[in-house]
Amino acid sequence: MAVTALGGTEAKRSLVRFRKLEDERWLAFVLLMPTALLLGLFIAYPFIEGVLLSLSDAKVGDNGHFVGLANFFKLWNDGIFWTSVWNTFWYTGVTTVFKLGLGLWLAMLLNRHFRGKAIIRAFILLPFIIPTVLSTFAWKWMFDPTFSVINWALLHLGLIHLPINWLGNPDLAMGSIMAVNIWRGVPFFAISLLAGLQTISPELNEAAAIDGARPWARFWYVTWPLLLPVTMVVMLFSVIQTFADFQLVYVMTGGGPANATHLFATYAYQIGIVSGLLSQGAAVSLAMFPFLFIIVVVQLLYIRRVEVR
Amino acid sequence: MVNTKRRSVIKLAGSAAAVASTGMAGILATGRTPAFAQQKMVHWLRWVDFVPASDALLRKTMLPRAEKELGMKITLETVNGNDLKPRATAAIQSGTGPDIIQAFNTDAYIYANSVVDLSDLALDLDKREGGIYKYCRSLCSDGKMFMSMPWAVPGAMNSWRTSWFAEEGVTSFPKTWEEYRAVGKKLKAKGRPIGQTLGHTFGDAPTFTYPYLWSWGGKELEADGKTVAINSKETLESVKFMQAFWKEACDEGALSWDDTNNNRAFLSGTISSTLNGASIYIEASRKPDTYQTEKGTPLFKDIQHAPLPAGPAGQFGMHLMQSDMLMKYSKNQDAAKAFLKWIHDEKNYGEWFNSQKGYSTPCTAKWESNPLWNADPVMAPFKVAARLGQAPGFAGLPNQKAAEALAKYIVTDMYAKAVQGTAPEEAVKWAEGELKKVYNT
Repeated sequence: MAVTALGGTEAKRSLVRFRKLEDERWLAFVLLMPTALLLGLFIAYPFIEGVLLSLSDAKVGDNGHFVGLANFFKLWNDGIFWTSVWNTFWYTGVTTVFKLGLGLWLAMLLNRHFRGKAIIRAFILLPFIIPTVLSTFAWKWMFDPTFSVINWALLHLGLIHLPINWLGNPDLAMGSIMAVNIWRGVPFFAISLLAGLQTISPELNEAAAIDGARPWARFWYVTWPLLLPVTMVVMLFSVIQTFADFQLVYVMTGGGPANATHLFATYAYQIGIVSGLLSQGAAVSLAMFPFLFIIVVVQLLYIRRVEVR
Repeated sequence: MVNTKRRSVIKLAGSAAAVASTGMAGILATGRTPAFAQQKMVHWLRWVDFVPASDALLRKTMLPRAEKELGMKITLETVNGNDLKPRATAAIQSGTGPDIIQAFNTDAYIYANSVVDLSDLALDLDKREGGIYKYCRSLCSDGKMFMSMPWAVPGAMNSWRTSWFAEEGVTSFPKTWEEYRAVGKKLKAKGRPIGQTLGHTFGDAPTFTYPYLWSWGGKELEADGKTVAINSKETLESVKFMQAFWKEACDEGALSWDDTNNNRAFLSGTISSTLNGASIYIEASRKPDTYQTEKGTPLFKDIQHAPLPAGPAGQFGMHLMQSDMLMKYSKNQDAAKAFLKWIHDEKNYGEWFNSQKGYSTPCTAKWESNPLWNADPVMAPFKVAARLGQAPGFAGLPNQKAAEALAKYIVTDMYAKAVQGTAPEEAVKWAEGELKKVYNT
């Protein structure tokens, strides 16, 4: 009997616990916990560690001491750092514009009905599916100063008389890297925008057509405004990814020639990991944060405005 | 059939029982891994050798024998040379990773706080083998301890096409930079340029740019090892000459080359000369039917080796000195030391040395008289590479700062900037500024 009574109390307690979950605030708290835990563990903790590291003079194998903002002052006077800042913005800006333009164009084409649509859609995703390092190595070979297949083709077509130094000339190297980034990023834009396009009711376009709207007008006044929220989210993802890109530059040029193609991430790696100056590397890496933060906030505000509209 | 001893069965059963009865808590409480997991293990991280036969020898023959003789498991992991430093940094910061990591040039100074002193092993080697060369010693020892165990020096020499040079009337390798530029100009005009990287790559770039700088009388530092001295008349002359040399005689695509590009370019007959280890010659002689001259003769018969030309201040060389660091975080330090002792035993090391066919020069004087050097006269120039090498940080001694400057490719970038159009004065000033940041002066 006593046992039953005890069991009854236990059951009552757990019932009370469950009742608590009926309160939305508690339920939300419990449901958010796993995500908060993961974010805390894998985002917040490394971020705080990074901040602390950037405020010290730590080197590999030496925890160092607190030095305040000394590392950031050093960066302020570091020409290579400012080259990396400029490169990162230039790289992100140019590639995003091209990825959006080409991705949108591809999405519009894929939204039409034609034979073999499913297969073509699958193929288009290939650059995005192949591991970046692998595909970038293939591109590196294509831009190889001695064995470039692009140079070979241009020479044989008689379009050039001397091989082009794709990765040895700073401007061409940056251009080559951008081209690969665009090649890799277009499928993401295309597929995401295609999903967006498919949510737009065809009746709207048909109605506009009946009213006499030409294709461009139908796109500009019907499709584009409806696609804008999706486009902004896709751009947000892409900008964050491109801004912090590493693999592509690392494989193609290693930041060279003479540091001309460094981005934030590759320069941070060069300083922190290769040279062993962990604190300075962390400072370079962290310097990316305010820039990225501003970009993201502006984009999010814009998305909100678009959604409200 | 595997022999099972009574004692080992009892041990295994005991451990199993302990784990079963107390679980993980039991293992943690004793602070020891269960007896059945206590096999000694050594993880050795090295570069992917440019002589593939040597990696194969280690994997298939030498390490299995070492495992048997030393009673331990040895794992050899090979990575691209450019990836060794990132691996070492990550391992040290996380406190776990390979027990022994290969270091290049001044790398050991970067990791000095995180390595075990190997003085006993190194001094024993020094005594047994007629002395460690000054160059190798300065890169492995800071005077207080041996931060790493000297392994070998893949010498950097010019591989050059004798027939192509002969066509321009040059039958021996140019003795001076002026001569090299003159013949290079003629060769480039025929589509046979000199191939030299000025990229961010561990071997071929700094082993060219540092000795080049020294040969003109330029130096990073004064002899005090602190005062930055790169902004000099001599350095400026070297940069000016490089601009012209690059344009007139070199393959201008080489700005982005890594250590493998010049091998491929030379083997496919697109360049006439390049500073490299002997790997081009070794590969060409291994596959005489694959690598041939335009006349259809084996390419290796058209290759000779020579040191870099001399400048106004003399002739210099810097090579890719390799050593092994035993990491402080390693839980297998005794086993790793035993292994290093084993592999540096004359018989074992000699087996590896022979497989290199002269690509690597050992760090001790004794090996200079090895018969291998008489086997092939083309390889003979490599014999004294380690004896004649000079370390980064000159005119000071190598140290952590010199290692940092090397890792940042400051000297190499000074020349790379100039050949891309930066004014020589500006390139030198830039290098001075960067070096001053490193040396905090």
